Amino acid sequence: MELIETVLVRNNLIVAFSVVGVTIWISYLLANKLTAGRIHGSAIAIAIGLVAAYIGGVTTGGSKGVADIAILSGIGLMGGGMLRDFAIVATAFGVHFSELKKAGVAGVISIFAGVIVSFIVGAAVAIVFGYTDAADITTIGAGAVTYIVGPVTGEAIGASDAVITLSVAAGLVKSILVMIGTPLVARYIGLDNPQSAMVYGGLMGTTSGVAAGLAATDPKLVPYGAMTATFYTGVGCLLGPSVLYFIVGIMFQ
Amino acid sequence: MIVYGVALLSVCLILGMLIGEVLGVVLGVDANVGGVGIAMLFLVMASNSKRFKSLTEGTSGAGIQFWSAMYIPIVVAMAAQQNVAAATEGGMIAIIAGVAAVVVSFALVPVLSKIGADTKASPGQGQPGSKL
Repeated sequence: MELIETVLVRNNLIVAFSVVGVTIWISYLLANKLTAGRIHGSAIAIAIGLVAAYIGGVTTGGSKGVADIAILSGIGLMGGGMLRDFAIVATAFGVHFSELKKAGVAGVISIFAGVIVSFIVGAAVAIVFGYTDAADITTIGAGAVTYIVGPVTGEAIGASDAVITLSVAAGLVKSILVMIGTPLVARYIGLDNPQSAMVYGGLMGTTSGVAAGLAATDPKLVPYGAMTATFYTGVGCLLGPSVLYFIVGIMFQ
Repeated sequence: MIVYGVALLSVCLILGMLIGEVLGVVLGVDANVGGVGIAMLFLVMASNSKRFKSLTEGTSGAGIQFWSAMYIPIVVAMAAQQNVAAATEGGMIAIIAGVAAVVVSFALVPVLSKIGADTKASPGQGQPGSKL
C-alpha cells in the first residue's frame, strides 16, 4: 500500500490527468445515456468536481477541496491558476478580431455594471442582516463581487477577520452558482453568441465561474467571456476600497 | 515544431501577466488587472498576422490547439479544488449575498447585450473560433 501511495504521490500531476480523464468519460456517458445529451457532459463533470471538492474539504478540513488529499494533490496543479490561465489564453486561438471589436463597448460597460451591481446587492444584503459599520458593509458587498475583491477590500479598509471570511464565502457561493447555473439559464438570457458571451463575462466576472459556466454551455463562447471576466477582479479591487467605500461611508457614518 | 506554438502561447501569457501586474501597480490595486485578457489579445493578434504564420500554422498550431482542448479537463480539475465546504459554511448571509448577486447579474445579460447590438448595427457574424 505504501509503495502504491509513494508512486501516486510522486507522479501526482499524471494521476490528476488520469483521474480527470476517467471523470470526464463517466460524465459524457451519463450525459448521453441518462439525459440523452440534454445536459452537457462537461456540466456533469464540473458538478462531480464540485461535489468531490466538498467531500474533500469536509474530510480533510483543508481549503483546496480534493487537492488536499495527498494522492490527488496533482489536481491542485492541474486546476491551479497557472495552467488554468494558460488554457484560457489558448482558447483565444482562432478568434477573429472583428468579433471582439463588435462587442467591445458593451463588454467594457458590462465590467463596470457587473462590479457595481454585485456590490450594491451584497451591501444591501449586509444592511438587511443588520450591519451598520461602513467597512463591514463595503467588505461584504465586495465579496459579492468576487472572493478576491472581498478580502483585498476588507484588508485595505480595516474590516474584521470574521467579516472578511464572510466576504470570501459570499464570493465562493457566487462562483459556484455561476458554474452550475450558467448552462441552465443560458437559453433564457440569450447566451448563444460572442457578443452576449462578452457581456456575460463582464457581468459575472468570477474567472473560475465564467470559465466553467461557459465550458458547460458552449465551449466556442469561452474565449469571449473569459476575455472580459479577467478584467473584472482588477476593476473590483480598484473600485471597492476607493469609490464604493467612500459612498458607503457617506451613507453610514 | 509543436513547441513553437506552445512557446508562442507561453510568451503571450507572460507578456499579458506582466502588463496586468504593471497596470495593477499603476492603478494602486493589489491585483493583476486583465493580464489574461491582454494575453488573449496578443494571441489573437499573432494568429491573425502573417508575421507569426510559422508559429501558428501546421504542427506549431497543434501545440496551441492541444492546450485549448485541455481547457475543459483543466476546468474540471479547478472545480475539484474549490473551497466548496467554506462556501456552504459561510451561513445565510454569504449564501443570500452570493445568490442574489448572481441572479441580478444573469438578468442584466440580455439588457446589456441589447445595448451593444443597438450601438453597432451588426451584419453578418463571422465564424467564431472553430478550433474547439
